[in-house]
Amino acid sequence: MNENTQKEQKYLDASTRQLIWWRYKKHLLAMIGLWLVIILYGCSIFCEFLAPYALDHRHFDSIYSTPTRIKVFDEQGRLHRPFVTGMTMEVDVETQQIRYEEIPGKRYPIRLFVRGDKYKMWGLWESDLHLFGVDAPGTIFLFGTDRMGRDMFSRCFYGSRISLSIGMFGVALSLILGLVLGGISGYVGGWADGLIQRTVEIIRCFPSIPLWMGLSAAMPPHWPALKVYFAITIILSLVGWTDLARMTRGKLIALREEDFVMAAHFAGAGHARIIFRHMLPSFTSHIIVMVTLAIPGMILAETALSFLGVGLRPPITSLGVLLKEAQNITTVALYPWLLIPVIFVIVTVLSFNFVGDGLRDAVDPYSR
Amino acid sequence: MGAAFCAERLTKLTHLKTNRPRPIPGNAAMMAYIIRRILIMIPTLVAISVISFVIIQLPPGDFLTEYLEELRLSGESVDEAELDTLKRRFGLEQPMYVQYFQWAWNFMHGDFGHSFEWNKPVADLIGERLGLTILISVATLVFTWMVSIPIGIYSAVRQYSWLDHILTLVGFIGLATPNFLFALILLWMSYAYLGMSIGGLFSPEYADASWSLARAWDLLKHLWIPVVIVGTAHTAKFIRIIRGNLLDELRKPYVTTARAKGLSELRVILKYPVRIAINPLVSTIGWTLPELVSGIAITAVVLNLPTTGPLLLNALLNQDMHLAGSFIMLLSILTVVGTLISDILLAWVDPRIRFEAREGL
Repeated sequence: MNENTQKEQKYLDASTRQLIWWRYKKHLLAMIGLWLVIILYGCSIFCEFLAPYALDHRHFDSIYSTPTRIKVFDEQGRLHRPFVTGMTMEVDVETQQIRYEEIPGKRYPIRLFVRGDKYKMWGLWESDLHLFGVDAPGTIFLFGTDRMGRDMFSRCFYGSRISLSIGMFGVALSLILGLVLGGISGYVGGWADGLIQRTVEIIRCFPSIPLWMGLSAAMPPHWPALKVYFAITIILSLVGWTDLARMTRGKLIALREEDFVMAAHFAGAGHARIIFRHMLPSFTSHIIVMVTLAIPGMILAETALSFLGVGLRPPITSLGVLLKEAQNITTVALYPWLLIPVIFVIVTVLSFNFVGDGLRDAVDPYSR
Repeated sequence: MGAAFCAERLTKLTHLKTNRPRPIPGNAAMMAYIIRRILIMIPTLVAISVISFVIIQLPPGDFLTEYLEELRLSGESVDEAELDTLKRRFGLEQPMYVQYFQWAWNFMHGDFGHSFEWNKPVADLIGERLGLTILISVATLVFTWMVSIPIGIYSAVRQYSWLDHILTLVGFIGLATPNFLFALILLWMSYAYLGMSIGGLFSPEYADASWSLARAWDLLKHLWIPVVIVGTAHTAKFIRIIRGNLLDELRKPYVTTARAKGLSELRVILKYPVRIAINPLVSTIGWTLPELVSGIAITAVVLNLPTTGPLLLNALLNQDMHLAGSFIMLLSILTVVGTLISDILLAWVDPRIRFEAREGL
């Protein structure tokens, strides 16, 4: 009995944030999604260290190499620590296809914390430490290699870094646009409201991908990669802000009539203070949900554009840029591991959706 | 969503009852509504045309100089007379806003400009491709509804049954897999395991043939692949909407009343709750259409369909901006007109919208 009342007291004392977290924790898929998102971001933040090779390290004698198999038994059936075998590349004279043969007896144990390709961690300090790898003549390509002999595993990690970051920046930009324009629309009202709402409607009339294609194809081809990256982010958020603006406007209009806003007004608070101190906090949770659900859309849009060749371009490598290699179906039929970035895209999108759904359920006061 | 939605509807209804001055004849209200919607369309179309024109103008330098440069590089002679006609047609010497009006004027008269890549009028290139895009959009929409409504109802009525769980999972994956990746995977699997290529909309022998019954049949045989690919994500979304709404509706007292009165379970569900639950399907056509057109554009590139997508991409990559701009403009007009049709349909289905329009006038 005492324990029960204690529990109840704990529930009553809990802050909104705690209540949301407790409710969120009950949602299994949402928790899985959350862990996946954390892992994905972890991978992309530390990708230089986690990837065994540098982004552009070309292995000239392992073009279109099949994914390396990790073994623990050698040919005689003896147990070893996990190792990979040496491979030789052979070109079939008749079909011009590349084949890989194992070299018997060549074992390269997988080592942790090895020295390998040099990189500059976050552009700050130089290092050559990698989480795992094999000794020099041996190679480890967990996802195979592409037509230039570059390790797909490493490239997927670097690719998710760009894709995830473009999702973040794009959504951050749409959030700013959406909050400001939606805020003006909802709080000021009148002709400003009308103008902004018409703009939103017109933007929503456009089929987004053709519009994005048109805008990004207009970028001069000689632009440096970084400029293209920012331009694409801006183009994506030019369309993405409309949802957030509609939501903000709806919420502000509903809140405008509330007593606490009136009270703040009478207490002499300025417009900015009323909006940011009093109104905004009461729907922060909704904003977070919208943002979480908007990120996968951004990532998909960037992937689609890069896949078509009008988005990012090398040397900036995103998942879409990687998938561009898989555009030709005969290539994919011969080297199906080029499709592996698809898995990254789907897992990313799925986990963000799970997190967003879980959050929506958790912050919605009507669902119990 | 359901509860709030209903409450909103309810306030509207009561509001209408008190404010309505006299009974409105159905047809007049409908006409007024349609006229109002068409009037609203005009500024939207103007804005769309401005944006399309901006896209045409965005690449540095005007397209004619580039065209001339290309001709000079390839050693071809430039026909001065042709050049003059082109210049006059697009008013290239005039300031930008005159060029815009010239372009818009030509556009309204069916002259969509000149494709320098193909050296043909844009209108000749677009015709059939646009038709096929419309066909696939409509077919996809119908497919989406036909699949999602029964599944959504089933999932709601048999909530937490094993089939509901499986359908939810499939729906999630369908939502998360973008069209073009789905197309890519399907293409690869059919190529690798079945040894056939599923790309295109026609068999080779019909690709360039003129329209005939056999060609139409051939089209139908190929049509389902893009329809399924583009439709999956939306089907998944609709299933979730219907399931959620229907679950809300089924808990309401009127359902219990209907059951208590001895109506058969099928009638109880289909007669009222389902009707309310599928309402968003009709009311969101306006947003669904642009998404479908987008999806088709990119899927068409992967599957190599003779729709607008690949040509648009090609035009953009080659900076053939008149072709690209016209495409973007036409696709947007398509969605605007589609939205108009859906709004009229909605007003026809739901009398409250007609009345609201009347009040707005």
